[in-house]
Amino acid sequence: MTTTMSRRGFLKSAATTTAFLYVGASAQGAAAAAGSADAMLTPFVKIDSDGNIFAIVKHFEKGQGPATGLTSLIAEELGVTMDQIGYEFAPSNPALYANTFFGGFQGTGGSTAMANSFMQYRQAGANAREMLIKAAAAEWGVDAGALDIQEGMVTGAGKSAPLGDFVAGAAEFAPSENPRLREPSEWKIIGNPATRRKDSPIKVNGKAQFAMDLHLPNQMVAMIARPESRGGVVVSFDDTDAQTIKGFIMAQTLPNNAGVVVYAEDTWAAIQARDMLSVEWDMSGAEARSSQEIRDEILTALNAAPTYNVNKADQAAVKAAVDGAAQVVEKTFYFPLLAHAPMEPLNCTIEQTAEGKIVLHDGCQAPTGPHMAYQQIFGLPAEMIEINTMLAGGSFGRRATPDADYQVEAALAFIMTDRSRPVKLVWTREDDIRGGYYRPAAGHKVRIGLDESGKIVGWDHHVAAQSIMKGTPFEAMAVQEGIDHSSVEGTADGPYMIPSMSLGLTDTQKATSLLWWRSVGHTHTAYVMEVMMDMAAKAAGKDPVAFRLEYLQGEKDQARKAGVLKLAAEKGNWGNPAPGNVQGIAVHKSFGSYVAEVVEISGNLDDGIRIEKVTAAVDCGIAVNPDVIKAQIEGGIGYGIGHAMRDQITLADGAVEQYNFPDYEPLRISDIQAIETHIVASTEAPTGIGEPGTPPSAPALANAIAQLDLRVAELPMTENGVYFA
Amino acid sequence: MAITLKLNGKTHTVNAEPGTPLLWVIRDELKLTGTKFGCGVASCGACTVHMNGEPVRSCQTYIEDVEDAEITTIEVMEEDKIGAAVQQAWLELDVVQCGYCQSGQIMNAVGLLRENAKPSVEEIDEYMYGNACRCATYQRIRAGVQRAAEILEA
Repeated sequence: MTTTMSRRGFLKSAATTTAFLYVGASAQGAAAAAGSADAMLTPFVKIDSDGNIFAIVKHFEKGQGPATGLTSLIAEELGVTMDQIGYEFAPSNPALYANTFFGGFQGTGGSTAMANSFMQYRQAGANAREMLIKAAAAEWGVDAGALDIQEGMVTGAGKSAPLGDFVAGAAEFAPSENPRLREPSEWKIIGNPATRRKDSPIKVNGKAQFAMDLHLPNQMVAMIARPESRGGVVVSFDDTDAQTIKGFIMAQTLPNNAGVVVYAEDTWAAIQARDMLSVEWDMSGAEARSSQEIRDEILTALNAAPTYNVNKADQAAVKAAVDGAAQVVEKTFYFPLLAHAPMEPLNCTIEQTAEGKIVLHDGCQAPTGPHMAYQQIFGLPAEMIEINTMLAGGSFGRRATPDADYQVEAALAFIMTDRSRPVKLVWTREDDIRGGYYRPAAGHKVRIGLDESGKIVGWDHHVAAQSIMKGTPFEAMAVQEGIDHSSVEGTADGPYMIPSMSLGLTDTQKATSLLWWRSVGHTHTAYVMEVMMDMAAKAAGKDPVAFRLEYLQGEKDQARKAGVLKLAAEKGNWGNPAPGNVQGIAVHKSFGSYVAEVVEISGNLDDGIRIEKVTAAVDCGIAVNPDVIKAQIEGGIGYGIGHAMRDQITLADGAVEQYNFPDYEPLRISDIQAIETHIVASTEAPTGIGEPGTPPSAPALANAIAQLDLRVAELPMTENGVYFA
Repeated sequence: MAITLKLNGKTHTVNAEPGTPLLWVIRDELKLTGTKFGCGVASCGACTVHMNGEPVRSCQTYIEDVEDAEITTIEVMEEDKIGAAVQQAWLELDVVQCGYCQSGQIMNAVGLLRENAKPSVEEIDEYMYGNACRCATYQRIRAGVQRAAEILEA
């Protein structure tokens, strides 16, 4: 199948050779929204001759809900119930399944799965409906305008039959550029809070197949011994002791000398054999710094002039405005490295087929990355590489790296074998915590000038952070005039209308390896913006909600942010906590969505505090699956708060000091007593939901703690004076 | 060495060295993959199975210690009255997100309800504390246990 094949030819060949009908739709709408004029054929609906219907889901499922969401769009437009449609993950084929916001790249990230698919999938479902109706109309000799599909039945003109009866006939019709989309008033699935997740049943009975669960016949398990500090290389190794482990097969140095691969018959043998390996490392080029040095570098940078003037402000004028203000509110913040620690440790399996194809089985977040890397590693054309996307046990950003790190490791491990046996690369939790990619360390220094009436007259803001994008293939796209937007997003581009603001940025030296982490730059910018807003409101003697609203007086963008702020305040009983409790609030826009959260805590600093309730309000445009949205807000809050409470990755002479969950402690069930989420009704296009719940959570908690007279400006909280009961 | 294992009502003879965690026998040898590897140090609960009806962490349970025990995994929970109720509650509330920890959550929740038909929020939090969920589905896990208790009471 190639993109040069005509749509008609594609449909015919698909229908005749496999008895399946794939229905394509123009992606013009979605592509236009992403700033591209390209239109392309995109097969998203598969109907077999038995009438079984499948949505082809182009985004991987890590729990954030696209298997349900994208299937909902097809089901709604086609006219079937959610029980009448299944789903399959798309193969790696960016010509057909690219993220329309990512150029020609197939991948999931930036909370774009629903946003980039909304029109594309609806059009695909609508085209399927129209083609089936045309086929039925032709067969019945009636006017197509008299027919509709509801609950899987083509109905009208006094007739009714299952849509599966018309699959072959439908292939005779071409999809249209502009199929009729169902009106929102017709929607039964989109926006319905009763819609259940498609992936729940297999996830409660053990049948769900994550990549970790794959056991290909005759597979070997590979595990890699890596250096204590990133950048160390293998000099030599001794596997004498490893050979005593039953199931040990062999050990070899990776072609890039980054580690030693142990091959074994099963996972436990691999774990044991790797433990018994003795490796001599050359650490001369390895990361050698410690967390204290990284922190010192960032704090020092904040006290010097910034390298980049992000918003091209008159920095001297802003400084003068702050210096001359009636009152100055200022704070310096520091954020440590963080690990993603998805529940399923990283793994993937590679095999070579009899035809010489390379197949990667992976909970694959960004198929185009490993697909391109594999073409180089194996010297094969794209069509000789297949990616089988399986369920992923979480990611939080970790499964998409600019260098396709673990998929490349697996490929390198595989090419050193005779390729007769599949190789399954498995990371342990220790590998994940210690050898991973981290949310960069960052610092902010902010000085706000208030006039006598408590109005902001100047906001001088300096960010010093380790750049995620520089030095990666994404640099050209993400870095402009030297500024890595991911270091300042959320401060550089928020809806607040702050008069006289200066935003400076200084890059600090990278440490180990850095990566986007659920909500990327917003993980620290939201914290700083919302804690500073809280401090400024208090200094001005104003209510924190009312104070923020003063700077949200504009049109749509401001109004939507104000809307969630007011809704969260109302639903969270802002200003009226339960006796003995205190509250904090924060609001932030990220990935196109607006989220406000009220955190209510009990206790005190001496005996410990407890998070009693988080009340969230979210505006993410049209709420396609309201219950999935609520779940993502709940999860986003938990992820943000859990790490802010007690997690950090620290380095000692370049080596990560944490090993496993006991010292990178996850949020636990007792940490948050309740979360309540309210969704703003909207007719706007859907925007992100996987990440936007995270940014306001930690500052809302920090602002609640500030009510107890402790202003936490450095994370994690437990290392900075907060004790959680 | 050959070890006889009673798992999900069937007797299996497996070949494993002493010291082998039950987790890897279940997953790699018997190919029952509903039981998950999460941390390997009994700190996340993803590997929870039942040993004589009580939840244990299979990553820290050694094969030589289970020879006379009845081991039960997520794969047969639908045949268990409490297990089926918990699964039903999990479906009603769509507790899962990525789902990787949920076999362990369900196995632990069944253990709780077996001991305590109507646990309070505090009792749920205490019993479920060791089962980590990186997606933070905890609100729904708590509600799911309460819902399962209701289903069982009805």
